[in-house]
Amino acid sequence: MREIAYEDIVKHVRDIIMYSATHLPEDALNALKEAYENEKSPVSKEVLKQLLENAEIASSESRPLCQDTGLAVFFVKLGADVKIVGGLLKDAINEGTEQGYKDGYLRASTCTPFSRENLKDTVGYNLPAIIHLDIVEGDKIEIEYAAKGGGSENVSRARVFPPAAGKEGVIEFVKECISDAGPNPCPPITVGVGIGGTFEKAAISSKHALFRDIGSKNDDPEMAELEEVIKTEINKLGIGSMGMGGTETALAVHIEANPCHIASLPVSVNVQCHSSRHTHITI
Amino acid sequence: MSEVYHLTTPLTEDVTRKLKAGDIVYLSGTIYTARDAAHKRLVDLIEAGKELPFDLKGSVIYFVGPTPPKPGEPIGSAGPTTSYRMDSYSPTLLKHGSKGMIGKGKRNQAVKDACKEYGGIYFGATGGAGALLGKQIKSAEVIAYPELGPEAIRKLEVEEFPVTVINDTYGNDLYQMGREQYEVK
Repeated sequence: MREIAYEDIVKHVRDIIMYSATHLPEDALNALKEAYENEKSPVSKEVLKQLLENAEIASSESRPLCQDTGLAVFFVKLGADVKIVGGLLKDAINEGTEQGYKDGYLRASTCTPFSRENLKDTVGYNLPAIIHLDIVEGDKIEIEYAAKGGGSENVSRARVFPPAAGKEGVIEFVKECISDAGPNPCPPITVGVGIGGTFEKAAISSKHALFRDIGSKNDDPEMAELEEVIKTEINKLGIGSMGMGGTETALAVHIEANPCHIASLPVSVNVQCHSSRHTHITI
Repeated sequence: MSEVYHLTTPLTEDVTRKLKAGDIVYLSGTIYTARDAAHKRLVDLIEAGKELPFDLKGSVIYFVGPTPPKPGEPIGSAGPTTSYRMDSYSPTLLKHGSKGMIGKGKRNQAVKDACKEYGGIYFGATGGAGALLGKQIKSAEVIAYPELGPEAIRKLEVEEFPVTVINDTYGNDLYQMGREQYEVK
């Protein structure tokens, strides 16, 4: 068994939260630069220029890229040979989240569903974090983190189709979702598509698909091709940056597919705004 | 073609009626922040015939919930939030004298109609450019509802704050116009 101190996990989580809020990762930055080069609309090009300037200001002056510093979402792979000393993994992640959001002067955005009371003074500052945990072989902890904003989350959708809907049904569903969303999710966007599994498996897969580096290729050639087809279809919509009209709406489409029930074809679409603040570490 | 304007708040109707969807405006002067919860309170006050925490006449309202300021700074990152959540309140505020809103994303027909009727403008600021936009805010003061935290009403002094006219007083919508131009059927 390898022992990992609770406090170490807290510190790692705190650090990645603070860094991610002010530094757009290289894959997202490169994707925005490429969109800037390719964009035909002068208005959208101007927006992309502002976004690149914004990323520069954020990192050089340590200012949050966006005021919506999101809910903290984690996909964690805990090695079966790890023993955490001094507390529970979930508590360590939550404590690191609270410290990172407080120390980084980030926004506390968690609230109760109906009274909308902010939870910062009761449950904790921007708590609870959203944690998806998996137990794997080995003696390491792998943490994938993203700050997920509300604007793009609000346009996300899931639906279970009959198998006959097929690829065409999936393409149409994603296209319709992005078309209806228009300017609201802060395009240019990354589109996470969860296909197969069960209702909730598709939704979680569509979220996890957003953690992949923008510009990386799907391992499955069939899915890689489908990603390109959907991206092309989305870019035909003409939405452009911040919905001002333009040729570059989707930076990428990422699919995560799973086996499913013989009776169902679940599909989920999770949208990521241009401020794709994601990172991963291994402890 | 779109024009570029440098305007100072409060806005008057003869100015707002000149603006067209697609125009770029650099705003200076006082603007007020309000999100969902603050909008509800403002409209409740109007309906109860009570005094508001600021003068609506010619006012520009910014839909934003900033990050907390670092020590020595007036405000943290401060980009726009998605505007449709304010759709049910904005027409009332426009009717009572407000002339501008800054946000991002689509508005409903009632808001577009209210812009036409009362001479209001819906401006779009670049969502996710919070660091850049925060720098154009020179001072910030919470003037109402501090208990709402990021959603409190703040009085901001801005300089050359960059926005684009999305909905003008003629019923035009830049989101529709822009998309129609680049859509591949």
